[in-house]
Amino acid sequence: MWEYTDKVKDHFLNPRNVGVIEDADGVGEVGSLSCGDALTLFFKLDAQGRIKEAKFQTFGCASAIASSSALTEMMIGKTLEEAEKITNDDIASFLGELPKEKMHCSVMGQEALEKAIACYRGETIKKPEGNLLCECFGITDRQIESAVRDHRLFTIEDITGHLKAGGGCGKCHENIQSIIDQVQGKPKAMRPAPVPLTNIQKIRLIEETLEREIKPALHQDGGDIELVDVDGQRVMVKLRGTCAGCKASQVTLKNTVEAKLRELVSKDLVVEEVRS
Amino acid sequence: MKIIYVDNNATTKVAPEVVDAMLPYFSERYGNASSMHSFGGGLIVDIRRARTQVADLIGARPEEILFTSGGTEGDATAIHAALQSHPGKRHIVTSRVEHPAIKNLFEQYGKNGYRVTFIPVDGQGRLDQAALFESLSEDTAIVSIMWANNETGVINPIDEISREVGSRGILFHTDAVQTVGKIPIDVSHSGVDLLSMSGHKFHGPKGIGALYIRKGTKFKPMVVGGHQEGGRRAGTENVPGIVGMGKACELAGSNLGDVGTRVRQLRDKLEHALLQTVPRSVANGGQAERLPNTTSIAFEYVEGEAILLMMNEYGICASSGSACTSGSLEPSHVLRAMGVPFTAAHGSIRYSLSHYSTEEEIDFIIAKMPPIIERLRQMSPFWKQAAEAALH
Repeated sequence: MWEYTDKVKDHFLNPRNVGVIEDADGVGEVGSLSCGDALTLFFKLDAQGRIKEAKFQTFGCASAIASSSALTEMMIGKTLEEAEKITNDDIASFLGELPKEKMHCSVMGQEALEKAIACYRGETIKKPEGNLLCECFGITDRQIESAVRDHRLFTIEDITGHLKAGGGCGKCHENIQSIIDQVQGKPKAMRPAPVPLTNIQKIRLIEETLEREIKPALHQDGGDIELVDVDGQRVMVKLRGTCAGCKASQVTLKNTVEAKLRELVSKDLVVEEVRS
Repeated sequence: MKIIYVDNNATTKVAPEVVDAMLPYFSERYGNASSMHSFGGGLIVDIRRARTQVADLIGARPEEILFTSGGTEGDATAIHAALQSHPGKRHIVTSRVEHPAIKNLFEQYGKNGYRVTFIPVDGQGRLDQAALFESLSEDTAIVSIMWANNETGVINPIDEISREVGSRGILFHTDAVQTVGKIPIDVSHSGVDLLSMSGHKFHGPKGIGALYIRKGTKFKPMVVGGHQEGGRRAGTENVPGIVGMGKACELAGSNLGDVGTRVRQLRDKLEHALLQTVPRSVANGGQAERLPNTTSIAFEYVEGEAILLMMNEYGICASSGSACTSGSLEPSHVLRAMGVPFTAAHGSIRYSLSHYSTEEEIDFIIAKMPPIIERLRQMSPFWKQAAEAALH
């Protein structure tokens, strides 16, 4: 059972401001049924431009409901300029504390607020920048990078707790780890190999890199990779175990295998999958 | 606050008779059964009696019973023994809806060079038997299929499946942790070679379980050391636990009738009432043959953890297949394997009754659930839309 503060329990059992504002000035919708939580936030301004009313509807666990309730309490009476400064950490502190696995509930609150304000101003929220990294929850590498930096996160669990990224199939764990290592300044294990390489050298280096850098991570997910051939800059591999037929395998192939080989062997290698 | 306990598939109350049977073995008869003096060594008699009580409950012979620390150890021991005894075989088979004790174990073997087949189930949680038999080959070392599912209570026809697997010369293991003590089991009429069970699931103590090993089955111990349990599991015998487990088996045998009739009626009453009073609710696996004590009900458009915490306010204890109650963010792999949509999987609640459940408790739950679900649905941004869509 989660350890919830009394304030979380109170805002869950007696949520403030549940409902819909039919003629709202701003509405923000985040989350989805498949993700397991979703929040729709409404607000209405008074003549002075302060939030006079805020309401929410939430599908989700106790901390999602409590975070939404807390957010509405925090918004009311503020101007939009003041309200937009509310961060997910503020929501968590308002509630005393949230279990770290549940931080994403407060993040959802902050995102709904951003969307509702953007809706009022007639702006569109920019799509998150960067490349999609966690396919299960639609989180990009840039989002993870800034969460790692802004909230001083050090583990994959921290990131899953915050953004949900990595909480599904787990295929993106190694990519998340490399972002953490990058941001938190873990020294690179190896330096790029000197060029040019002879063919034999190149094949050996590719093999070594697969063994040392790629296979251990794939093995963790029950997968494996085998080098079939190297033809010029084309590196042909076979995926085995859980990798074979995995939907994310093409992403792994490009984002991880190819990226690693380009980094450590030669920058114009192209990885291709050979299907048996 | 009075506790209404309908989470008996998680664990059960230790029967007072079991506690009484165990107590002397803590401070009075605390000897080591391996000792030469009769103060310790004499406990062999007590252990033998318990072994017979366990064997009697499942139609086994006492020498076919190995005491373990519980279901997880039994599962791991069984698979380990099978693979060690057949080192040339590299293929293992299980289902997609197993308890983590098997699921994660098989996934681990998969990472260590074994080929693992996970057999699917249909929308009601019933095993695809054709797929199972089709997957078998010369290379298959063992098939492990749970007797009944912990989340839905869906029962697999283990007698038939195990005989068919056995007829091909392949070992068959079943995780019967949820089954023993709830429905009659007779391994002598099945093709089961290995069966794991756990004491605390049927009013015995935690930390004790048993593994049935059919006579003649090749075995290699997982825990080595002393010669306890005939050299099949080292470690000083947990005498109080073993005695308690034996007593619990004896009691379970005499309570099977009650569980099969009265408890089943209470379960049915609860299920029917909730399905009737709560719109958009479904019994997961409701069309399949199920354990008499279990019902898993999906309340669409609400989230399980929130439901459980509201039930908790009334002292009602149950479980959920929702993601938020576990460490992961994905809802139950069992419900997903059955194709239960996310809308329902997140809001699934498992009620599991026991010999100690009363009609009064069931009526209390029937009264409290509909307003809880209604309240959470009123908070949900999806409910109004879904309810309207259903009307049109």
